[in-house]
Amino acid sequence: MSVLVGYDTRLVVQGMSGSAGAFHARQMVEYGTRVVAGVTPGKGGAKVEGLEKVPMFDTVREAVEKAGANTSVIYVPPPFAADSILEAAAAGIDLVIAITEGIPARDMVKVKYVLDHDYPQVRLVGPNCPGVITPGQCKVGIMPGYIHKPGGVGVVSRSGTLTYEVVGQLSALGLGQSTAIGIGGDPVKGTDFIDALKLFADDPGTSSIFMIGEIGGDSEERAAAFIKENVKKPVAAFIGGQTAPPGKRMGHAGAIISGGKGAAKDKIAALQAAGIAVAATPAEMGSTLAKVLA
Amino acid sequence: MKIHEYQGKQLLRKYGVPVPVGIPAMSVEDAIAAIPKVQEQAGTEVVVVKAQIHAGGRGKGGGVKVAKNRAEAEEAVKKIFGMQLVTKQTGPEGKKVQRLLVEQGLALDHEFYLAMLLDRGIGRVIVMASAEGGMDIEEVAEKHPEKIFKHAIDPATGWMDWQSRLLAKQLGITGKLVNELVKMMGPLTKCYEEMDCSMLELNPLVTTKDGRVLTLDAKITFDDNAMFRHKELEDWRDPNEEDASEQEAKKWDLSYISLEGNIGCMVNGAGLAMSTMDIIKYYGGAPANFLDVGGGATAEKVTAAFKIITTDPDVKAIFVNIFGGIMKCDTIAEGVITAVKETGLKVPLVVRLEGTNVELGKKMLADSKLNIIAADNMADGAQKVVKAAKEAR
Repeated sequence: MSVLVGYDTRLVVQGMSGSAGAFHARQMVEYGTRVVAGVTPGKGGAKVEGLEKVPMFDTVREAVEKAGANTSVIYVPPPFAADSILEAAAAGIDLVIAITEGIPARDMVKVKYVLDHDYPQVRLVGPNCPGVITPGQCKVGIMPGYIHKPGGVGVVSRSGTLTYEVVGQLSALGLGQSTAIGIGGDPVKGTDFIDALKLFADDPGTSSIFMIGEIGGDSEERAAAFIKENVKKPVAAFIGGQTAPPGKRMGHAGAIISGGKGAAKDKIAALQAAGIAVAATPAEMGSTLAKVLA
Repeated sequence: MKIHEYQGKQLLRKYGVPVPVGIPAMSVEDAIAAIPKVQEQAGTEVVVVKAQIHAGGRGKGGGVKVAKNRAEAEEAVKKIFGMQLVTKQTGPEGKKVQRLLVEQGLALDHEFYLAMLLDRGIGRVIVMASAEGGMDIEEVAEKHPEKIFKHAIDPATGWMDWQSRLLAKQLGITGKLVNELVKMMGPLTKCYEEMDCSMLELNPLVTTKDGRVLTLDAKITFDDNAMFRHKELEDWRDPNEEDASEQEAKKWDLSYISLEGNIGCMVNGAGLAMSTMDIIKYYGGAPANFLDVGGGATAEKVTAAFKIITTDPDVKAIFVNIFGGIMKCDTIAEGVITAVKETGLKVPLVVRLEGTNVELGKKMLADSKLNIIAADNMADGAQKVVKAAKEAR
């Protein structure tokens, strides 16, 4: 069992003719993901190198009608990404996974508003995220597939590379993953910790959870409260940015300590107060969960 | 991106938000010449001389002076221009004042605080205001959260006039001033939206004895992700406000922040970059920088990033920590090798590679015969680089 993506996923790659889109589409096909279509406006009918069997369309609607796509992954550059997300939603795609980094916050405020009001059934993951993977079944995004192993740990993270780090550690300890969800580092995003935690809590294939947060905002604090009330499965966590200076944006648009809010120590305290084991260093993420499970 | 108060006020004036009469000056002579012009245009004797630096807390640090007449104003100009202004946001070394704003003095009735920012919890921009203006708003938020009023902007309609009227009621603004606030809030919220601001702070916003509403301060930050829509803002960058390495990094679209330590870090991904700083500190070292080379970086960009680190004289050892996803390990290896060929390598280099194309990346580094300390994992790399930096001292 797993959440969000699996054997039933029929993927359309938006921006497949671009260099990142093409590279990662090939990697996804190699992993076993069913990539059923690519979309780049003006490139309908064209062939992308190494992906000759995947039909290209001008619009997502054609990818849904002619190729039966039900999930979309977005590699479109930031100025056009909001448009692409809403095109996918309007075409009837259920799950939109936006990899693109650098979308203006103003665009995402509008996207979120339209999704909430006009397409409440559509789930957005990201933007500015590594994607979602169900090991052994389906990889949607940019994560290196080989580090993952099928198993029972649900992973949810605001950071891409830290997700790889924890997955690498878990696999090395023999702890496979049910699904790993990168929710992304932007301040306005689709799926948040609580949405992902709900999915894992209800998934019979997930027996424990690892959560990676970072400085900025208060979603880790809210997640801690949610876990305390609703999640019976074992949870371990890590928070990045314990030594980050206030007022500086640490790469991710959402990773900034401002007005005395969003510091790592407050998040760690909230998680610990909810009974969650927090790894002291990023090198001890896997072993922290292993100890909880022992 | 941050801008100066005078630039923020120019922008607000353009949108129709009332601001005091004021003239910016880049030298003592310009500032002195501006004094009579401001006095004449405003029709008052009193002027305010304000230091223009990006940090807040300027008044308390002696960077803002109210002058009753021309002589006092000239004295204030000479005193503030060129001073090393220390505020709670500049750090102990302070910031040299190289720009001034000469502005009309006003007979104030009441001071308010008003800010606009993104509320992540609801995914909307909010207007946040308090009648406790001029005070430390963080303190008000902590001790009297009931004195701060928040109103979210509906993305479908934008800010509405009824919200201004309700806000006026909450802030105790009455009579004709209510309409003045309504007339100000429309253009203000429009400016925030159109200019892709990420933070707009008016502290204080004031009512005057002659029945006006205007803003005495303007602190504006723009969304870095939206700069492609606002190329004109590049002209407003003040090189004196930016670290040289940070400027070089910006040219290459790298996410870089200078820090106090001596271990240079090159990492992919913001979360891993932050955690790399954390683990270096954990093992007793101190990072010299935060550097996220990002996802889609080319070998040229990696070369530029690596050079920024190697040219920092404080750096005693370098830690390259890569877990490739969208970033390929061979691209990192190529960039590092090119940079070392071009500029040499005088300090120990610890490299930890994992992820996409890792075998190819490792092979390229091995074939290059560079003097590299290989690390098996993050903890191993952090310990090795901390040790190397200590031995180099």
